[in-house]
Amino acid sequence: MLNEHAAHGTAAAGQARGGGAITREEVAHLARLSRLALREDELDHLATQLDDIISAVARIQEVAAEDIPPTSHALPLTNVFRTDEVRPSLAPDQALSGAPAAEEQRFRVPRILDEEA
Amino acid sequence: MSTETLVPYDEALARYEPVLGIETHIELGTTTKMFCGCATEFGAEPNTQVCPVCLGMPGSLPVTNRAAIEGIIKIGLALNCTIVEWCRFARKNYFYPDMPKNFQISQYDEPLCIDGYLDVEVEGETYRVEIERVHMEEDTGKSLHVGGATGRIHGADFSLVDYNRAGIPLVEIVTKPIVATGDKAPLVARAYATELRELVRALGVSDVRMEQGSMRCDVNVSLMPKGASEWGTRSETKNVNSLRSVERAVRFEIERQAGVLDAGGRVIQETRHFQENTGSTTSGRSKEEAQDYRYFPEPDLVPMAPSREWVEQLRAGQPELPAARRARVTEEWGLAEKELRDIVNAGALDLIEDTIREGADPAAARKWWMNELSRRATEQGADLAELPVTPADVARVSGLVAEGTINDKLARQVFDGVLAGEGSPDEVVEKRGLKVVSDEGQLGTVIDEVIAANPDVADKIRGGKVAAAGALVGAVMKATRGQADAGRARELIIQKLTS
Repeated sequence: MLNEHAAHGTAAAGQARGGGAITREEVAHLARLSRLALREDELDHLATQLDDIISAVARIQEVAAEDIPPTSHALPLTNVFRTDEVRPSLAPDQALSGAPAAEEQRFRVPRILDEEA
Repeated sequence: MSTETLVPYDEALARYEPVLGIETHIELGTTTKMFCGCATEFGAEPNTQVCPVCLGMPGSLPVTNRAAIEGIIKIGLALNCTIVEWCRFARKNYFYPDMPKNFQISQYDEPLCIDGYLDVEVEGETYRVEIERVHMEEDTGKSLHVGGATGRIHGADFSLVDYNRAGIPLVEIVTKPIVATGDKAPLVARAYATELRELVRALGVSDVRMEQGSMRCDVNVSLMPKGASEWGTRSETKNVNSLRSVERAVRFEIERQAGVLDAGGRVIQETRHFQENTGSTTSGRSKEEAQDYRYFPEPDLVPMAPSREWVEQLRAGQPELPAARRARVTEEWGLAEKELRDIVNAGALDLIEDTIREGADPAAARKWWMNELSRRATEQGADLAELPVTPADVARVSGLVAEGTINDKLARQVFDGVLAGEGSPDEVVEKRGLKVVSDEGQLGTVIDEVIAANPDVADKIRGGKVAAAGALVGAVMKATRGQADAGRARELIIQKLTS
């Protein structure tokens, strides 16, 4: 179900999600995408919880009619822009203050697997 | 993995038809980032142009840079695209440290510009490259992989990330499949990248410097047997960073894929990396699972609905585009195709045009920039535009020659002076005393001295060997340090000795 949504992208994002919302396999897939190492018992636990949440939200389907377009923004606004003017940035030590590790004024992160976006 | 068998290019093209697709990323030259007010200066100290928004800190909110939207609309218009009336940003979710938010703001199924084209010329023939879409997104941070094989992802122990580049406005331009180019495919790919770079540069919205990464091409290539109607599986060679590499990458992929197909193999859909030193491509990751970015409409940004007035205003403000300009100067300056190409390749088009605008005649402007000054730029390993001489200087020198104050030889000395920082052409002429000796009396005196000093040569001329006058003209030029009018000196010498 979720895979199908991804394939159809935003067009499908607001559409029917139906009952029996999410499987354990889908949660495992999402965890992998999110680089979360979930234990087996955590997967069981989260699959149940997520299923409950999605089922609850899915109740919106009961009122959404065919002719109501999916809503992505609640505000009736378009074209909110700013002018191209420089605003102060953070100092590097501020920027790096929350980093678990830093080196050469850069964020130091664990070895990156052989994959990239 | 060098077990690949390459099929010689001509042989490959005899059996297969290539289909190309090119995705180009261009960083816009805005003063600030796409969604925050951080500066975008290239080469700044690491993590000095970052803020809560581009670091993805909780609670921060993006606000779209109007100048970036104007930039992409200008590009879309120049590529003959339709600018849509309404569209949204989309969130592209992925977990990789080059984006601290864990997503990139991009556009998905609602790009801002759609359905355009760019005409490119290869060997006198025009190919229309159709544009599928032009969309707006943000650039990622830069990772430095440390340990193992330095700079390579493989074997790295850890990575150091600089987010100065994260959030710089990035425009992605995607072509439709480029078909029926046959053996010209590599040249068409290169011509497209070249023309696109010229176009964007003319618009003034990016510096499009491939070596600095402000323009990067991903090149898709597939082969199908000649006469087939179904396209083959494509490979995608990422981040090709020079025009020449675009051509080489296509060529290599044609040779490689032909080898795979000839051996009865199957081309794998994968990302490949171009190797600058060998001109080959190597396999990157092959995707275990289809990319799953879970795009959804970006909730933190409201939709864009560029008004038709705004679009028309931007259209009206477009500068003359490269193709139109080339046609105009070819006509105005009376150029052959090759001459125009040389001028463009030398980066002299703007300089020559400005020089003409400053009053020089086209032939003279072209001559100085393309010969004398190009030679000096080459000697110094500099671009023509970097020489400390302005179009106004060149126009003035050519004016001084036209009015007879100096000749070409002296003009070269004037350029010496200007390039050495001695001042304007007039100041150099004055300081170095470079005026042509046009005072006939003074010239006559010098000639008399030269005749007296070279009695043998003088006798030859008296005896009818007029050609010998050259030696005396040389002596006169030497005595006047090049400031005499050589033609006039010759006339006077012959007059004095034969009449």
